[in-house]
Amino acid sequence: MNMVEKKLSNDFYIESPLPPKRTRMQEFQRHFGQNRLAILGLFIFILFFCCAVTGLFLTSGSRPIFDPAMVRLQEKLRPPLAKPNLDSLQPQEVPALGVYLMGTDDLGRDVFARMLQGAWVSLTVGFVAVGISVLIGIFMGGIAGYFGQHHIRTDHILFTLALILGTGLVIVNYTFIGIVIILLCLAYIFYSCLARHESTEKETPVLKAVLHSNAVSVDTLIMRIVDIMLCFPSFFLILTVVALLPASIYNIMIVIGLTSWMGTTRFVRAEFLSLREQDFVAAAKALGLSNFRIIFRHIMPNAIAPVLVSATIGIASAILTEAGLSFLGFGVPPPHATWGNILSNGKNFIFDAPWLTFIPGVAILIVVLSFNLFGEGLRDVMNPKLRERH
Amino acid sequence: MLSFIGRSVVQKTITLFFVSIVSFLIIHLAPGSPSQVDPMNPKFTPEMVERFQKEFHLDKPLYIQYIYFYQDLFTGKTVSWKDNQSVLKKIWERFLNSLPLFVVGTLITWTLSFPVGIRSAIFRGGIYDRSATFISYVLISIPGFFFAYVLIIFVVTYFHVPVIGMETFGIGDAPATYLFMDRIWHLVLPSMLGATGGIAVLSRYVRSQMLEVEGQDYIRTARAKGLPAEQVHYKHALRNALLPFVTMFGLILPGLIGGSVIIESIFSWPGMGRMAYEAVLARDYPIILTVNFVSAVLVLAGTFISDLLYLVVDPRIRL
Repeated sequence: MNMVEKKLSNDFYIESPLPPKRTRMQEFQRHFGQNRLAILGLFIFILFFCCAVTGLFLTSGSRPIFDPAMVRLQEKLRPPLAKPNLDSLQPQEVPALGVYLMGTDDLGRDVFARMLQGAWVSLTVGFVAVGISVLIGIFMGGIAGYFGQHHIRTDHILFTLALILGTGLVIVNYTFIGIVIILLCLAYIFYSCLARHESTEKETPVLKAVLHSNAVSVDTLIMRIVDIMLCFPSFFLILTVVALLPASIYNIMIVIGLTSWMGTTRFVRAEFLSLREQDFVAAAKALGLSNFRIIFRHIMPNAIAPVLVSATIGIASAILTEAGLSFLGFGVPPPHATWGNILSNGKNFIFDAPWLTFIPGVAILIVVLSFNLFGEGLRDVMNPKLRERH
Repeated sequence: MLSFIGRSVVQKTITLFFVSIVSFLIIHLAPGSPSQVDPMNPKFTPEMVERFQKEFHLDKPLYIQYIYFYQDLFTGKTVSWKDNQSVLKKIWERFLNSLPLFVVGTLITWTLSFPVGIRSAIFRGGIYDRSATFISYVLISIPGFFFAYVLIIFVVTYFHVPVIGMETFGIGDAPATYLFMDRIWHLVLPSMLGATGGIAVLSRYVRSQMLEVEGQDYIRTARAKGLPAEQVHYKHALRNALLPFVTMFGLILPGLIGGSVIIESIFSWPGMGRMAYEAVLARDYPIILTVNFVSAVLVLAGTFISDLLYLVVDPRIRL
């Protein structure tokens, strides 16, 4: 206590302000280092990342070192660490390590190779899906927070609807009417862009006044869209869309991304709303900076912390969702292995070959857990209010 | 108060309208059409397809199909494309099957997570708190289907009871107590699985709410008065920490229908989630759309109820 007081009084008499004793990064490291679970999470995540990348190289190509698709019917359902029966195998069928590290499945495929292949799927699904959702979330939330007070004019809404209608008509094969509507809309946009530069001294006609009236603010519009999206039961929606679309890993990533951006939007909007009123933004505006620079250079770095946290936790839930979809039989088409479909194939042998259930299950658990721990650790470190309390 | 109710009803009706449009478009613009479900079936001649399409207005433009569909839905005439049964009746039957799962799961969640959360808030930073935190992370992270199989292996190996389905197959005319115990055994695992995620999330939330309240000035005052610790924790702190949870009663409503697709299909439980899953597989659009619509209604009703409850419970809020 005494020391602190001394220090305070020293600081008080100093003429020129000093830089802080520790940089922001050092501060961050110090706090993060105290959170042992978060460190564990980060460590597992790095390990998983390395596994997935090396796994991709080891299992792909025309002659992979670990072949996840190699069927050895005479070696089916061998337990983990079993030695292959060399008499009955061709030389190229012998697993690379000389042992089935994680056993084999009902077709005699090496589970270790399949797990390596599946790791990459989990990793990419997690990152791409969350990447999509974070991009949409930042975009929508940023617009709602920063330009929220602007109003959308009635004519903007009308021609947006007309454009959508036109595109829809083209898709449903009413090509001619659709193209006419789209062209009309484009002409109107072109006209209104030109008209903006003309002087508007003349008295405005009623139709124009109605068209130019403010219909709804940007903020309200975006938040209503968020409300609409939140009404859908998310897993069921993802399941429906994935089942209707052709089976492919990219569809899953996109669908998960498109159905999970609402949380990020809300965070970003809230951050932008409060940051917009801060003095440094007013200063930046007074200096005549462009909106683009204010948003991306000044506001975004201050608003990114909760986004990072929710993205980390979002990766965890995206991996879980993908595993659930693969488990139900949607998702990556069969010869390709994912952790979900290894488990799904293994469910018929839970009593004879429990490793087919436990190995992918525990792997998913550990990876998802590491993301959750790391995310919560980040939240604790980045939120000074929470930090004081612990 | 009345104006608040009126405004939110109007707002929610508009939201519901857009939800109905979006879900209709998603289903109908997806590639493939329901009449192509079974192209290999030799009985499915082109004439059949044509009759099928006429029967269900599939030859009309989309907006007319939309109007037909919601007209049928509100007059209760929607029929499943698979077996021509009334969709609402089917959903109601399945809902009655899902209800025990939901009720037991919710009860387990709420009765377990409060003691756990309160205790870890009171002994913050202790070994109990840290292990509870870690376990709740594990429960959030564990994939439901994997946990289900772990539990099945465990229960079947150690207790030798069947757990798949709603009751043991062919149990017939057993004594009533036996039937009852059989139902209980079949109910335990799926409802526990439904509760795991809920327990983890809710107990963390209880903990953070309790911590929030325990840091308030009036708690310090209560302590300074020399009140016994129990009274401070349970009378002063807990009562105020309970406030946000009252509103959560509204938010559990959507869980009624969302059910769990995965858990119900693992346990062959003939509930809502499983019906929805089967409908997706069979491209039975009326059922998919109705389930979507009903769950959107429940979400909106849930938020409405929670707003109202907040209004009633918290005198500081005036709308």
